[in-house]
Amino acid sequence: MALRIDPEHRRFRDIVRGKIRQNLRQYISSGQLIGRKGKNVVSIPVPQIDVPRFHFGNQGQGGVAQGPGKVGDVIGPGQPDEDGAGKAGSEPGEHVLEVEFSLEELADILGQELALPRIEPKGKERLITQRDRYVGIRRTGPESLRHFKRTFRQALRRQIMMGHYDPKRPLVVPVREDRRYRSWKTVPMRQSNALMVFIMDVSGSMGDEQKEIVRIESFWIDTWLRAQYDGLESRYIVHDATARAVDRDTFFRTRESGGTMISSAYRLCAKMIAEDFPASEWNIYPFQFSDGDNWSSDDTSACMEILRREILPSVNLFCYGQVESPYGTGQFIKDLDDAFKGEERMVTSEIKSKDAIADSIRTFLGKGK
Amino acid sequence: MQHRKSRLPAYLLDIQREIEEYARGYGLDFWDVSFEILDYKRMQEVAAYGGFPVRYPHWRFGMDFDRLSKSHVYGLSQIYEMVINNNPAYAYLLEGNSLVDQKMVIAHVLGHVDFFKNNYFFSRTNRHMIDEMANHATRVRRHIERLGLEKVETFLDSCLCLENLFDPMSPFIVRHAAEPPPQEETPPVELPRLRAKGYMERFINPPEYLEKQRKKLDGERDKPRKIPREPERDVLQFLLEHAPLEPWERDLLSTVREEAYYFAPQRQTKVLNEGWAAYWHSKLLTQKVLKPSEVIDYADHNAGVLASAPGRFNPYKVGLTLLRHIEERWDKGRFGKEWNECDDYDARRTWDKRLGLGRQKIFEVRRLCDDVTFLDEYFTADFCAENQFFSFSRDERSGNYEIDSREFQKIKDKVLFQLTNFGEPFISVQDANHANRGELLLAHRHEGVDLHQDHARATLEALARIWRRPVNLHTMIHDKPRLLRYDGSAHSDEAG
Repeated sequence: MALRIDPEHRRFRDIVRGKIRQNLRQYISSGQLIGRKGKNVVSIPVPQIDVPRFHFGNQGQGGVAQGPGKVGDVIGPGQPDEDGAGKAGSEPGEHVLEVEFSLEELADILGQELALPRIEPKGKERLITQRDRYVGIRRTGPESLRHFKRTFRQALRRQIMMGHYDPKRPLVVPVREDRRYRSWKTVPMRQSNALMVFIMDVSGSMGDEQKEIVRIESFWIDTWLRAQYDGLESRYIVHDATARAVDRDTFFRTRESGGTMISSAYRLCAKMIAEDFPASEWNIYPFQFSDGDNWSSDDTSACMEILRREILPSVNLFCYGQVESPYGTGQFIKDLDDAFKGEERMVTSEIKSKDAIADSIRTFLGKGK
Repeated sequence: MQHRKSRLPAYLLDIQREIEEYARGYGLDFWDVSFEILDYKRMQEVAAYGGFPVRYPHWRFGMDFDRLSKSHVYGLSQIYEMVINNNPAYAYLLEGNSLVDQKMVIAHVLGHVDFFKNNYFFSRTNRHMIDEMANHATRVRRHIERLGLEKVETFLDSCLCLENLFDPMSPFIVRHAAEPPPQEETPPVELPRLRAKGYMERFINPPEYLEKQRKKLDGERDKPRKIPREPERDVLQFLLEHAPLEPWERDLLSTVREEAYYFAPQRQTKVLNEGWAAYWHSKLLTQKVLKPSEVIDYADHNAGVLASAPGRFNPYKVGLTLLRHIEERWDKGRFGKEWNECDDYDARRTWDKRLGLGRQKIFEVRRLCDDVTFLDEYFTADFCAENQFFSFSRDERSGNYEIDSREFQKIKDKVLFQLTNFGEPFISVQDANHANRGELLLAHRHEGVDLHQDHARATLEALARIWRRPVNLHTMIHDKPRLLRYDGSAHSDEAG
């Protein structure tokens, strides 16, 4: 039902969206949204927006109420400190507004705020295939599509209406007008398929903080790409000295230790693409996160080789994000940059802290590939 | 789809007539009440609009609607009754409520309408507000069409920040009683001289001294008069008169002011008004209206309305019990000098002079009181103890709210403090030409509680948008006088 207040409600939601847009960077780097993901909605806590007035700060004011109890009895938990002074809105005060956004809306805001271009899928992937789906019933059609049950039901109905039906001798004979046929609708199916491969270094040098950054960044990349493609597959690879494919959950939770041989992950990734995701049909986006500390320079040159020969030719974009770790040398990003100077499909970015996540996302996705 | 405007179905109309009949029998005096049945969505909409079917467009109503519908979805709240102070009065029933609930709401609403009609504090409100609100809506829409939403909304936001800066008593004060006609010539003022005997005059009041006095007087006469002459609490009115406003801005500001004044008595009489309505719904239903089979349901719902959660001051309950307390006192003659001076516990306990003045007394209270006078006059130590009142505050260490006192005087002070000026700070205009620079100076009369500082700063920004010159606010922060200033681009804060 349309309500008179709907425009006002929409306006309010727009204002809230504006607030979220303003503070998007803060939301991106805080990572608190990820835990709040429902099926298709994210509920975002925004500080209550209200009309400011001259009014009393609430601290310690209390009040008057009724009931049993003696002096000193606790009647309720306090609210977080809010004496009004200090930084504006840095801490959520007592009033927090939960606003729900669908993932598409969120991706939309992300796209606008970080000025991300819409992704142009590979030319042939825009092919639209058509599929017929049987969705209805009609009175005419080929005999091969006749719907027997509906036809007989119609016949029964007709006979009852006309008084020809005799329950003692339940004979139902359809005539021509009773016949019912299945009908179909042609549904266009878009075949822009995309594959995300997330590769993470889980060697001993990657601490919890580094993984948190990876986790937040992959959430946003995931949200954005999902808004761009209808069919989106994701694969997860973790590696130390050896690589293995894991599910999403394990990807974010594992903690292994040991050396680092990036080539093992590249081999696995190349194999995955070659076997399951032919480059002619898929838009492929590998995202690799590491602290940039590879085992040996021999292995690094092996990596470059695999990248050049097998991975890069079949992907839309290869993104390498290097998180800063106290242990690593951070050499790998330099090696990549040297080896692939001028290669459009190779994007590297250093993620020094959580605050750098937004910029890193822009570096990765800002090319619209 | 059109909004369904369902007038009351016949069986409910019959019930309404029946309850009205009983209510008149008790002496209630109300306007015609037109009930409308709404589904819960429409109910939330109307509630967000403050009870009115139409308001001017502003996102704040959308926000209230958002909050109401969320708390409905989560089962936190249900809107019981809503009634508009208007002649004829309009009230709403929720579609799908049980018959007992509808009866209760109808009776409750009659109590409110009687109160609107007869309480002194409502006597200056516009009784055709429903039309007025629609006019406001049309005017604001017209401004939006002409100037664009952004511009109008931004200005409305600023006005709404100042919504509470008015003087609820001002409709009752006759001001500027016919300015005396300006006199052509001011009568010559006699120069003040020091007293002296004739022969000493030349020495005690020498010509130089007289000349100095003359200059001082002239200086005073030429000094520009201060605006406002007295501190002005109706900041909104002051801005309407003195701020450099465009006609449309003036219109918006006066709209906001008019609505603030309209709603003020409802906030001033929350406890008494709700108490009065609760008194009458309970009296009418239990004495007259209910069938025996309905009593349990009624008692259940009534208990919900009157529930007092820890830490909550329930105006329905406090108002109702206090009215009943007054009724009992005046029925039994527990008032006056004799009663006040009696300190024999037994005598007081069994005191009953069979005066039967209770009903008459509570009708008097409903005519004359607002919440402050109601509680100031009748919230007695006996009442306080009988009803287990306590005051609570936040414990600094644990951060929890704790009962801090059961002492009558403390409790009463706190109650009155929270009710005085709606529990909001007293702010007045001091000077429109502060520091001789055309700046506006407001002052907060500090009474122990500091202002919320972030909001105070934001409000100053709004004020500066309207005043178009720097604005200042005198207040106290942590017991030290401060002058908050906003010059249109930056805040400053100095000892003042």
